[in-house]
Amino acid sequence: MKARVHVMLKTGVLDPQGEAVRHALGAMGFDGVKGVRQGKVIELDLDEGATEADVEAMCEKLLANTVIESYSVEMV
Amino acid sequence: MHAAVIVFPGSNCDRDLAVAFKAAGAKVSMVWHKNTALPEGVDIVGIPGGFSYGDYLRCGAIAANSPICREVAAHAERGGYVMGVCNGFQVLTETGLLPGALLRNAGLKYICKTVGLNVVTADSDYTSGYGAGAVIQVPIAHHDGNYYADADTIAQLQGEDRVAFTYTDNPNGAQADIAGILSPNRRVLGMMPHPERMADPLHGGVDGVALFRALAGALVTA
Repeated sequence: MKARVHVMLKTGVLDPQGEAVRHALGAMGFDGVKGVRQGKVIELDLDEGATEADVEAMCEKLLANTVIESYSVEMV
Repeated sequence: MHAAVIVFPGSNCDRDLAVAFKAAGAKVSMVWHKNTALPEGVDIVGIPGGFSYGDYLRCGAIAANSPICREVAAHAERGGYVMGVCNGFQVLTETGLLPGALLRNAGLKYICKTVGLNVVTADSDYTSGYGAGAVIQVPIAHHDGNYYADADTIAQLQGEDRVAFTYTDNPNGAQADIAGILSPNRRVLGMMPHPERMADPLHGGVDGVALFRALAGALVTA
């Protein structure tokens, strides 16, 4: 079984990379992009029986830095 | 003073830090990241700059969960001294020994240059060799040095006089111009600039020397 973890900078934490992407899109003529936030997706290949709670523990301990990042877990 | 310098795969300022400690009179032990204990009688642990574990996942995140870092945390909890420079500061925030986090520089560029630092407090064994209010010149070399913490944490750091250094001209977007902070007991220091790279006349300046000398003076009998 697999889990997919989405990690994003928290709302209110400046994302300079997202800002740079937004500027580049504007410069390329893509109008109307009001904001860009860049994050990461981490896919985990897990033993059968692993639970969402297991993955959340991994997020809390390593996969996300909860001072600056939020995460969501999707079991797939 | 007995200093231990931690060496991670990807550390690249470990020997510079060791040289600066030795020049101040310290005995220095290099400690590999897989070790599960610090050498006997260590007063201060130095976590050097570099790119521990290739900066994979987040700068300092994997180092913070390495076996030796559990020992470093235990050393700090016993009241031991820990000094993290650059990547070492990132490791200390990832372990939770210091609050906040280091984000990508606001200008997105890696910056390598000498910058001015205000010594905000002289009330620590790291900064007592400078007068509070002194301005020193120390190099930075980082891509992720933009200090971030929530407003309450910043206010707490300032209220408890735990901001050690601020930039005279903020190069990276750090909140409140913060370049270095102290733990509540003032024995854990994290800073993005590299005092060990300003510790010999051949470096172009010696403004980092007072930090290592002050430490050596404070830890002489320990």
